[in-house]
Order: sequence, then C-alpha cells, then structure tokens
Amino acid sequence: MSEPKRAAPRVALFVTCLVDAMRPRVGFAALALLEAAGCRVEIPRGQTCCGQPALHAGDRDGGAALAKRTIALFEPYDAVVIPSGSCAKTVCVEYPEMFPAGSEWRARAEALAAKTFELLTYLADVRRWRPEGVALRGKATYHDSCAGLRELGVKRQPRALLAGVAGLEVVEMEGAETCCGFGGTFAVEYAAISNAIVTEKTASIDATGAELLLGGDLGCLMNMAGRLHREGSRVRAFHVAEVLAGMGEGPAIGEEE
Amino acid sequence: MTAAFTARTEQAIGDRTLKLAIDRTTGTARAKRAAAVADWPGFEQARELGRDIKDHVIAHLGHYLAEFERNAIASGAKVHWARTAEEACDITIRLCRSAGARSVTRAKSMLGEEIGLPHALAAAGIERVETDLAEHVVQLAGDRPSHIVWPALHKTREQVREMFAREHADPGPLDSVEAMVGSARRQLRMKFMAADVGISGANFLVADSGAVCTVTNEGNAELTTTPPRVHIVTAGIEKLVPSMAHATVLLRLLVRSATGAELTQYTTFHCGPKRPGDADGPDEFHIVLVDNGRTRMLREGLAEMLRCLRCGACLNHCVVYRQIGGHAYGGTYPGPMGAVLTPLLDGLPATQDLPRACTLNGQCAEVCPVKIPLPKLLRGWRDRSWREGLPPRTEVFGIGVWRFVAARPALYRLATRLALRSMRLFARGGWIRSMPFARGWTAHRDFPGPARRSFMEQIRGRGR
Ligand code: SF4
Repeated sequence: MSEPKRAAPRVALFVTCLVDAMRPRVGFAALALLEAAGCRVEIPRGQTCCGQPALHAGDRDGGAALAKRTIALFEPYDAVVIPSGSCAKTVCVEYPEMFPAGSEWRARAEALAAKTFELLTYLADVRRWRPEGVALRGKATYHDSCAGLRELGVKRQPRALLAGVAGLEVVEMEGAETCCGFGGTFAVEYAAISNAIVTEKTASIDATGAELLLGGDLGCLMNMAGRLHREGSRVRAFHVAEVLAGMGEGPAIGEEE
Repeated sequence: MTAAFTARTEQAIGDRTLKLAIDRTTGTARAKRAAAVADWPGFEQARELGRDIKDHVIAHLGHYLAEFERNAIASGAKVHWARTAEEACDITIRLCRSAGARSVTRAKSMLGEEIGLPHALAAAGIERVETDLAEHVVQLAGDRPSHIVWPALHKTREQVREMFAREHADPGPLDSVEAMVGSARRQLRMKFMAADVGISGANFLVADSGAVCTVTNEGNAELTTTPPRVHIVTAGIEKLVPSMAHATVLLRLLVRSATGAELTQYTTFHCGPKRPGDADGPDEFHIVLVDNGRTRMLREGLAEMLRCLRCGACLNHCVVYRQIGGHAYGGTYPGPMGAVLTPLLDGLPATQDLPRACTLNGQCAEVCPVKIPLPKLLRGWRDRSWREGLPPRTEVFGIGVWRFVAARPALYRLATRLALRSMRLFARGGWIRSMPFARGWTAHRDFPGPARRSFMEQIRGRGR
C-alpha cells in the first residue's frame, strides 16, 4: 500500500511557459510555498506550455496535441499546481472540452482537471495554509485576473493570504475585476486597443496610492507593469506568490536581479 | 488584423469626444444595472429561467412559429415570411406602396437596421421619420446606430445641441435636455400624425395570443403604431415566447440589464388591427417574420446566440467596446454580441477581426441576462477562421513553429535559452523599450527584460 496521501501529497508544479522564461522567481516562490504547505513537490522535466496560444488562435489540433502531452506528463501526480489562473483554466476547463464525451482522452482530461489547481486557491482552500512570519511593509493593490476570477473563483483566496502578511496593507482599486487588456497575442495584435484598456487600468492603480501592484497571472502583471513603467509610475509589480514566499523585498517585475 | 479594422479602431481611439460619450452612457448603465441586480435576490434563478425559456422555444421553433401565426391571423393580423433581408425589405416596401405611403414613421428596431430597411425606404422614395429621439439624432447626422439600446451613444449632448440648432425648424433656447426634447417634439409631432404607415420592431412575439410586445421609454412606439392606417412589424423569428407569463420573465431581465429600471415607461402588447368600437389603432396590422440567418445559426453551432434579448449589457461591460465604440465594429451589431453575429451576417473573411479583437475576459457572459457563453461562441469563430486559413500567414507560421518546439522539451529549452539571450540584447536597466516582433507592445508599454536563465535551467542546476 502507498503511504497515506493526506500526510504529504505528491504535487507536480507546472510553472508555465511565461514564468519559466520571464520570471523564474515566481516558480521558486511557488515551490517554496508548496513545500511550506506540506507538499512533496516535483517539477516534471518535460513541461513546456499548456497550449493556450494555439487554442486562442483557433488551432484546435495544435491545442489538442499539447493538451495530450501535458495530460500524459502530469497525470501520475496527486495534484498539479499552476501559478496562473489563466493556464490553470486551460487545463481545468478547456482540456476536457477538447475531446469528445466518452472518449479515453476526455476521461483522462477530466481526471487531470479534477486535481489541477491554481496556486493561491490550492494553498488557501486545499492545504489551508496561512503565511506565518512573513512581513512586507507597504501598501498594495490586487488585480483580479479574468480567467482565475470568472472560471475558477479566485477572489477571496489571494486577499485572505495577503491579509496574513505583517505590515502589508491591501487597498482595493476601482474596477479590480475589469480586464487589464492583456489577452495574450491580443496585446500585440490589437496593441492600440490593448493600450487604451491598460491605460484606464493603470489610472485606477495609481489612484489607490499603492506602491505595489499584486496579481496572480504573470501575463497581466507584465502588461500593467510595462504600462506603469512607460508612464513613469513608481508602482512596482509582483506575483502574489513572491510576496507570500517572503520575496517581496527583491527586484520587482522589470527590475534587474 | 485587417487594415480596415485597424483604421476604424485607431480613428475611434483617437476621438476623445467619442470616449467621453461612451463613458457617460455606459458608466451610468453599468452603475444602474449593478444596483438593480443587487436589489434582486432572485436574479440568478431568473437568468436560468430566462435561458431555459429561450432554449425551449429555440428547440421547438417550428411549433411556436405555427402557433404564433395561427393566433396572429385570428387576431386580424396578416403574417408574412421573409427568408432574407432582401425579402423582408421587399415585403415591407410592397406593403408601404399598396398603402399609398409617401411617408412612414419608424420606431427604433435593430432588426430594421439589420435588414437595411432605412436604405430600402430611401431607395423606394419613401420618406422615413424616426420617432425614437436617439434614432432621430442618428438620422439627422446621417449616421448609423453605435449601440443597440442607445443608438446615438456616440454623440455627446453638446454635439446634439449644435445639430438641433442647425437642423430644427424651431429649436428655441436648447439650454437643457428638456428643451432639446421639446425641439425634437415640435419638429416631429406633425410628421407622426401625418404618416401613412408606422413600422416597428418587436421585443417579444407571444405565441399563444399572437401579440407583439414593444418596450420603449419615450412612448414613440405607440405613436408609430397607433395613428397611421397601417402598422408593420418586422421581427426576427427568435423573438418568440410561448405565453405572456414567459414574456414577463424575460421583460424583467431585459429592462434591468439594459437600463437598471424595473420596467420601461411603455410596455405595449399590440394585438391585431383596430376592432369595431376601438377608439384608435391601425386598419391594417402586418407582421413580417424574418429569418435572415437565424435558422443557419441553429445549424452552425450558434443556437445559444438566439437567446439574445438585445439588452446591451455585454456592450456596456466590454473593455473593447468601451474603447472603440460601436462604429468601429463595422456591422449592424457591435460589442460582444455583435462580434458573434456580424461574421454570420456579413461573412467571416471580412469580419474575422471581430472575434479576435477580444481578450476573452468573460465579463460579457457574466452579465448576460440569458447566460449566452459569448467567449465560447467567439472562439468558435476563431476555430473556423483557422480551419479556413484566414489568420495572417505570419501567425499561422509562428504557431506552427511554436507547436513543433513546444512538443519537444529539449528543443524547447534550447529555443528558450536563445530567445532569452537575444531579448536581453534589447534590455536597458531591466526594461525593453523597443523590440522587433513585439512592436505592438513596445509602442505603448515597456517590456520587462527576461531572466538570465529560465526556471527549468536553474532548477536543473540545483539538482531537482
Ligand atoms: S448577448 Fe446577452 S448581454 Fe448581450 S445584448 Fe444579448 S442578451 Fe444582452
């Protein structure tokens, strides 16, 4: 018999392509948090991307091919944790819809979806972990990224976790649930529209007087941080995981290591 | 993205007056809707009920159409069937001609816009008098509607004042909204009374009575449909509901989602022509039932879109609509619902930008009173675009290469390493201000310089 799973689940960390390339700190933060929450964490070597760019472009075959390899790679674990609402939504919501009901791949996709979690939800709701001895002085505002918020119900978890960080004040911005205009390739292809949207977002971020912008999706954070920096704002952006892992003193998104 | 769409969006984004107009109206609409929904504990159940009513009718469309026709005829109405926009216009023009109409009044109807009725009337030499205040503004400006509930949303009241002062016979002081309405009333009243034919749309077609329901806040539908000798209704076949009870469920959803009010000022059920003893009403009552792609939607995986009540909530909440307004979409219907409908009505090749120019944030579906999964339907169009080879060749090529690489981890690591290295060449002080292949991004935003080494590379060094 295997040892009782409740003690220490074997968790696969899927860092996402964006964290892998652009901000490995988020991956290290996620790793540290999962370990602190009592998980045996593994990082499957074959991981690349969940396939969302293909799916969003309309390339169903390309999306399905990447979905299959991702499913096969991650299905042996007790749980799969992803530091992104958007990528977690792809696995949890879109993978099952890609395969016909009753097919083998549908069953495998559903089984994987059932044990795949967005990082902050997993920490707060499944592991019932709370930050202890984590401190960061400052005033922050949190942006609700769309896929996590609307498809996975990520809303109260990040706020509850951040409330446990000593010295950190979280203030709500006007329209925290309004899209920041990222949308993957949308931000490049329809740049003028994307920019108009993010410019409204940065105005409401600035209006809070916060020094820190926090979020749970690197794509959105890069979009907002990039606009803030272009505008000369002093607001610095971090993934929530970095703050929770005590890495909020380090370089913010866009700052040199 | 196509050059025509780029040009339209850039023009819209550069127009600060347009933005002001959009923000005023959609901002008020969002706030009022939010208050109405917060005051309605049963809203979620009502949405589900609304969705189920529509789905039921759509699944039994033939049955309810036959029932509606039977009852409408019994009430004295004449029912006409139009497969296409052209047929619908032809029937309507023919009815106007046989009534000897030189001038018709029209109450705002998006279906009328969809089938091109204003144009068809002009081509037939029939004077058209718009009775909805906003449609009057649109007509004076020689424009098209930019919103399905507030057609003149793109005009500020300052612009409207200027136009009324110029165009109205007796504008008066125009120093308040009331004064502006008064001016329009003086301009239009006589024409209302003199019209031979009144044309309206329908918000609901009630199958078990043959009644046609219209909702307005200005009472202009009643002025359009009562004084003239002939009343013509043009309505999409998806407007059917089984009974009055079903209509009221949907009415509550429609009005609260559109304006936040509990009910419109005027909600009228028109039932047949004037009967002996009636004080007023038309002598002839015609109903033109229009398909124009609706049965095709059933076949092409867009059945859920037939639930649409045309409430406009998805437009008011759409981050893209709020930046570019209605005209940039280029079709009759703008916003998320328009991005689903326009490719069907105008063909995908010319309109493929609409489903793509979307962040898939899902707020439209979240507010839709009949739970239409708009992002899913938009993605259906993207899938079809891809199958038909419509996206830019660079994108198809790029995705193809990326797909190949992403399925091969060793190659993927190598590609990541090379990409990071070359991206770092553009970074200054952590940020990239300009970079090839990402000009769209760096035209407006800085791009965070990437890590020196990817996560997977670093983790390998740590022996995990
Ligand atoms: S799609 Fe939904 S929200 Fe949009 S207009 Fe139709 S009913 Fe209203």
